[in-house]
Amino acid sequence: MKINWFKYAAPTAFYPVAGRLVPVFGFAALALVLFALYWGFFETPERLGGTNPQKEYYRIIFIHVPSAWMSMWLYLVLAAWSAVGLVFNTRLSFMMANAVAPTGAIFTFLALWTGAFWGRPSWGTYWDWDPRLTSELILFFLYIGFMALHSAIDDSRRADRAAALLAIVGLVMLPIIYWSINCPDPNNCAALHQRSSLTDIESNILTAMLVMTLGFWLYSFAAAFARLRNIILLREQDNAWVRKMVDAAEGTSPRGAAGVGGRPANRGVSV
Amino acid sequence: MKARQKRLIFVGVAVVGVGIAATLALSALNSNIAYFFSPSQVHAGEHPTDAVFRVGGLVVENTLNRQEDGLTVRFDVTDNAQTVPVSYTGILPDLFGEGQGVVAKGRIGEDGVFYADQVLAKHDESYMPPEVEDTLQTVHAKGVVETAVQSMPATGNTVTQ
Repeated sequence: MKINWFKYAAPTAFYPVAGRLVPVFGFAALALVLFALYWGFFETPERLGGTNPQKEYYRIIFIHVPSAWMSMWLYLVLAAWSAVGLVFNTRLSFMMANAVAPTGAIFTFLALWTGAFWGRPSWGTYWDWDPRLTSELILFFLYIGFMALHSAIDDSRRADRAAALLAIVGLVMLPIIYWSINCPDPNNCAALHQRSSLTDIESNILTAMLVMTLGFWLYSFAAAFARLRNIILLREQDNAWVRKMVDAAEGTSPRGAAGVGGRPANRGVSV
Repeated sequence: MKARQKRLIFVGVAVVGVGIAATLALSALNSNIAYFFSPSQVHAGEHPTDAVFRVGGLVVENTLNRQEDGLTVRFDVTDNAQTVPVSYTGILPDLFGEGQGVVAKGRIGEDGVFYADQVLAKHDESYMPPEVEDTLQTVHAKGVVETAVQSMPATGNTVTQ
């Protein structure tokens, strides 16, 4: 059977699909995160040794590293949907970008926050103007800037295009964040943050970290699709299919009368 | 040319431009912005003489010793080519130890000693349990930190294991 994928580029068609996917991704994410938390707390060594003799507090890695990876990955997703939207002028692409942005910002904040709580016991400071920390902070400002710019422009189509351009320009930060610690010659990138490598990690630590990353990723899908449904409803509120759905929902709801009274107040909200 | 193709080219050019900007920014970061200076760079005189800067490297084995006031510690920092003596008054981070990475912020005195206001510990990307790694080294590092923190001889002798 051949599926016509372009059919789902229409908000009308994707709205119910997103609704069915939210619980699927949500429960899968919950299961993976719970498993990773269990594995990270009970199946991993109590402390590290050798050149990195951290104690129990190294377990922050199970939140910190997956958050940091998702902060960069979701920015790439945000910029990709922005570029698709700019090129093909598809409304759903811009809506996807808007739906992903808050989740990306949350993960960026989580990476910075857990990093501060990790840096205090290990390095001896909550914050330092290290290249990696500084560039990650700028990524956080980019997410905030994307959302702020979008909400500052009333016409949602113009807001889409302006914010999409900002997202593409902000792509400059991704290679800078990556190479701020991983440059080819270690002598050239002096930093407080250690380099990143997956080869010198105990296998149980790596397992918990990777499963947590997958859990965060699935959570991102669930959160973005749930947000996307709200954005679709708000933007399409004057279209027949949304009105029909709202009327049907209010007809079956016992508080239907109150809902009808409250509905006009929402009209004209732009997202 | 269709409008869509024009927009595709526009976005493509924008991404390429951003890529060039990133490359330039990275090369600038590598050559101009030094988070810390290595002892070799300090010996070569590349550090600022009238401003606070950071020195980074490894704490040389058997150079950590506590001064008579009980608060000031002295140790040598090396990049395996040159060493810089560091003096610091205050609490050392948990991961600080001989043979471990360190980043000290402060200024260099006329006596050639680096007087640090802040000492941060630096660790590498190895996440191995002690039994897998060289056990002796761990015990050594742990022992140095605990000896340095708890019971230093008042004479200011060099710490020995």
